[in-house]
Amino acid sequence: MGRYVIRRLLQMIPVFFGATLLIFLMVNVMGDPIQGLCGQRQCDPATAARLRQEFGLDKPVWQQYLTYMGNVFTGDFGTAFNGQPVTELMASAFPVTIRLTLVAIFFEIVIGITFGVITGLRRGRPVDTSVLLLTLIVISVPTFVTGLLLQLLLGVEWGVIKPAVSPEAPLDELIVPGLVLASVSLAYVTRLTRTSIAENARSDYVRTAKAKGLPCHRVITRHLLRNSLIPVVTFIGTDIGALMGGAIVTERIFNIHGVGYQLYQGIVRQSTQTVVGFVTVLVLVFLVANLLVDLLYAVLDPRIRYA
Amino acid sequence: MPEPQYDDRGAIAPTGAGGATDLALSEAETLERPPPGSPLGTGPSGKPRSLWSDAWHDLRRDPVFIVSALVILFLVIISIWPSLIASGNPLQCDLAKAQEGSQPGHPFGFNGQGCDVYTRTVYGARTSVTVGVCATLGVALLGSVLGSLAGFFGGGWDATLSRLTDVFFGIPVVLGGLVLLSVVTSDTVWPVIGFMVLLGWPQLSRIARGSVITAKQNDYVQAARALGASHTRLLLRHIAPNAVAPVIVVATIALGTYISLEATLSYLGVGLKPPTVSWGIDISSASPYIRNAPHMLLWPAGALAVTVLAFIMLGDSVRDALDPKLR
Amino acid sequence: MRGAMRAGWTVCAVAVALTAAACGGGGSSGGSGASGVVSASWGDPANPLEPANTNEVQGGKVLDMIFRGLKRYDPKTAEAKDMLAEKIETSDSVDFAVTVKDGWTFSNGEPVTAASFVDAWNYGAALRNNQRNAYFFGYIEGYADVHPDTGEPKATTMSGLKVTGARTFTVRLTQKFSTWPETLGYAAFAPLPRAFFDDHSGWLAKPIGNGPYLVDSYARGSQMSLRAWSGYPGPDKARNGGVDLRVYTDNNSAYTDLTAGNLDLVDDVPAAQLRNVRADLGDRYINTPAGIIQTLAFPYYDTAWNTPGGARLRTGISRAINREQITDTIFQRTRTPAKDWTSPVLGAEGGFDDTLCGDACDYDPAEAKKLIAEGGGLPGGGLKITYNSDTGSHKDWVDAVCNSINNALGDDRACAGNSIGTFADFRSQITQSKMSGPFRAGWQMDYPLIQNFLQPLYYTNASSNDGKWSNQEFDKLVDQANAESDPAKAVDTFQQAERVVRDQMAAIPLWYQNGSAGYSPRISDVALNPFSLPVYNEIKVS
Repeated sequence: MGRYVIRRLLQMIPVFFGATLLIFLMVNVMGDPIQGLCGQRQCDPATAARLRQEFGLDKPVWQQYLTYMGNVFTGDFGTAFNGQPVTELMASAFPVTIRLTLVAIFFEIVIGITFGVITGLRRGRPVDTSVLLLTLIVISVPTFVTGLLLQLLLGVEWGVIKPAVSPEAPLDELIVPGLVLASVSLAYVTRLTRTSIAENARSDYVRTAKAKGLPCHRVITRHLLRNSLIPVVTFIGTDIGALMGGAIVTERIFNIHGVGYQLYQGIVRQSTQTVVGFVTVLVLVFLVANLLVDLLYAVLDPRIRYA
Repeated sequence: MPEPQYDDRGAIAPTGAGGATDLALSEAETLERPPPGSPLGTGPSGKPRSLWSDAWHDLRRDPVFIVSALVILFLVIISIWPSLIASGNPLQCDLAKAQEGSQPGHPFGFNGQGCDVYTRTVYGARTSVTVGVCATLGVALLGSVLGSLAGFFGGGWDATLSRLTDVFFGIPVVLGGLVLLSVVTSDTVWPVIGFMVLLGWPQLSRIARGSVITAKQNDYVQAARALGASHTRLLLRHIAPNAVAPVIVVATIALGTYISLEATLSYLGVGLKPPTVSWGIDISSASPYIRNAPHMLLWPAGALAVTVLAFIMLGDSVRDALDPKLR
Repeated sequence: MRGAMRAGWTVCAVAVALTAAACGGGGSSGGSGASGVVSASWGDPANPLEPANTNEVQGGKVLDMIFRGLKRYDPKTAEAKDMLAEKIETSDSVDFAVTVKDGWTFSNGEPVTAASFVDAWNYGAALRNNQRNAYFFGYIEGYADVHPDTGEPKATTMSGLKVTGARTFTVRLTQKFSTWPETLGYAAFAPLPRAFFDDHSGWLAKPIGNGPYLVDSYARGSQMSLRAWSGYPGPDKARNGGVDLRVYTDNNSAYTDLTAGNLDLVDDVPAAQLRNVRADLGDRYINTPAGIIQTLAFPYYDTAWNTPGGARLRTGISRAINREQITDTIFQRTRTPAKDWTSPVLGAEGGFDDTLCGDACDYDPAEAKKLIAEGGGLPGGGLKITYNSDTGSHKDWVDAVCNSINNALGDDRACAGNSIGTFADFRSQITQSKMSGPFRAGWQMDYPLIQNFLQPLYYTNASSNDGKWSNQEFDKLVDQANAESDPAKAVDTFQQAERVVRDQMAAIPLWYQNGSAGYSPRISDVALNPFSLPVYNEIKVS
């Protein structure tokens, strides 16, 4: 187990460097950000040159990357163009996005798995068909349409929620955005659980448990669910990183000042330091979540042993 | 010690807020191929049927399959000949009619530029189907080739590829789109397709890798190897035909999500560009007007949803047919 | 088996924790703060909030509240009136003697002196401070020494600025510029306290100025709370308790928050909401002309666009655009069809002339088609209008302009929009002369002078002459006008230069942009100034 974790941690190193290099190159491909700082005018050449120097943009890309990574290891993620340190941006953005992600995952777990269990046990019945259809519709409508629609109906027309989340982003204001963010994954979790439950419901051990005369809920929770949760846990685990970085659209619609918003601003202003800094952290979150999921397998399925 | 088998849980993708970013379902991975020669089903003639003919036998009787296949057939036909059912010109717009509702000859009304929504919805099918089909083909080809090589040869190849897919998985798809596509000036569909292939292949490569690993442990592959079959022959003749099913299933489902992703990219201002007519462009430009003129959004979004639905349901029923356990 | 139980319990525990947290979170939110405080929409400023470093509206809002300069533009008429200036005297339009009024202090108690201005301007001009607006000081003698185009600066202060007393200083310009004092209302010319130089990072975290408001707290990226400064010595005291500027991710979410009653003031109503703004807000919606003009510029560095018949071609394109219809339908009259290359806020006296463009700006499809054919047809057979898709709703009007051109020419592929993902990239491609067809050009005036609408945009090699248009006659007339000491004659000469722009159709004028704002029933006396900024200090809270 220990050796396995160490090996996985070592493997993270090349992935980490690869991902940061990739995003570094991608942002660099976007071109020179300096002209955007001077509004509708051309920066005078002297100031533009100074600004380029200040942000290290006058050096070749590989050198920029090395300098940047060197700084990252000392905890310096650079500054955004408005002079704000990127670490400060992170300190304000990540708590908000973590809350939003938790809400989204909560919905995925509670609604997704509940629906999944119900449909899996009632395969082919009307309830199965209608939930299945519902999940399909959720998957097939783009998130921004769902988000705008819910904002209009719940926020503006019926006044049930605040259409725009306040800067503190308390949990209750994040319920609807969280639901929107979770919607597609939620549909997947439902379908995943359904398939898995349906498969395991016919297995011998469930039949045995039933034959022993165990009460139904006990069979479901102790025997069926445990074995069916493995693919679901995988999905949710890997979804964490994606939810945190992928909230660009949701955060924009609901005025949430989280990671997605900062990333969007960083991209629009082509601020390499902001974008690379945030993505670096996201990649780390993704990698750690992946590792945790793999370790969780061993807990869920005693047959799996890591050496 | 080889990687734990469960590490090949390929089908997990970044689920971005784009919604469409999920390129596959983990369900597909649960697919397990029966060893050949097992008493699967036998046809009326007593001759053992292959998995494929068995699946086809099932599919022909599956109403979900028939309906979704018909919808897709219809879409393909109007993509090739949109003028069959729409006589207008999608680029002919009269600002004086902007946002007007349904009226004779214009059943879906007009959009914000005064273009006929019905005509644009019909003509938009071509772009969306092209994007979906081409991106899926590209992803499936690249992903399955790289994935099967990694799965087949293992070792260093495999480790490198697995880490490479991790690198790509770490970057949110919507983010990648914003960054990469914002530098593109071409008004064709190819940059968008290229981007989807670039960020989509790791998905399928994981699945292909997983199923190749499973397939190569089968007795008949071992037997062929013992008989001295070359790598190429092993891969192409023995492993590939038995490992391709999960790839097909995931690809069909992914196809729908690519079509939806195109709309999200347009919403962020980096998708397709006019004069290309696409549902994504129309949905994103109509979405701010959702309060005043919902019909502008409803029709293209509805068409998109139906298309995505058809492809996902097709993928679903193919999976069910290919999965002996669910019979 | 035990593992499963544990997993199950974890799920439950997470669920319970989340529900509890969700319920607990409710209490802390709500409540609109101290009474008398206006909440207003804001965007995150792109640059540090220094006066000479701010060149966009969002940072401009703050500077307008916390600073007062020598001059201030009248919120209604845009006329440059003395604020801190007691008098600015000149005999030759080159040497100016400035006297600062007595009794002004910064909000930390430090008096505003002549040195407050001179130090601030020297700071703004110096190359080493990387100020984006340094060129504003370019007319002052010695600018080239502190801000050379290449190489290291030779001096740290400009030789043209001299403090002659506690409240007096002199300015020497490098050329005759009779209306120079009227440019001094621009934010870059604001005075700065010692704290700005002594504790720079502290100042940036919580700026100190001499305006009617002081910064109470500043949470970067989310909110700035400004409160009325009770000791403000000026005549334009704040009539409310303060302003909370709240950052919104986009103008649509700000607008929905206003309609839901969570926000008092939105100064940028999104185009998509204009159709329902009357229904939502009734008469709590204002639409005021602002000194902004939108044009289509052309890449004159591209030989395809720099042909002898080019003027006809461009005039033809101009006449193919149905400005009336587009401003009515797409903009719901928050834009006015352009009739010249300036802005109505200048007034007829200031050089605005609604007959100057004449026929060349009138929609006439038949004439357009003829002119374009005579001008050699569209280069390459089609137009691509380039714009950036991340700010403003440019796509709608670009598509409408293209449809109008396509309809006029009877060719549905003659024109198409070409969006670029980010403003930075758009600007960078323009600076590198990479445009291959017309592109969006918007100009918001820095100060209300006709000079500001012509010289920076069309003078050879001027800072915003993005199309690299060059015309000797135009340059000569502008030089003449600047040297003219009689303002009326100067305006007249500028208009002659503007006619050269018209005859060559250097850029196609599209429309004048209005400022539009919506507000809640809580507040009244809301107005937008000619720079489309809300006049915050006059807002009353009921």
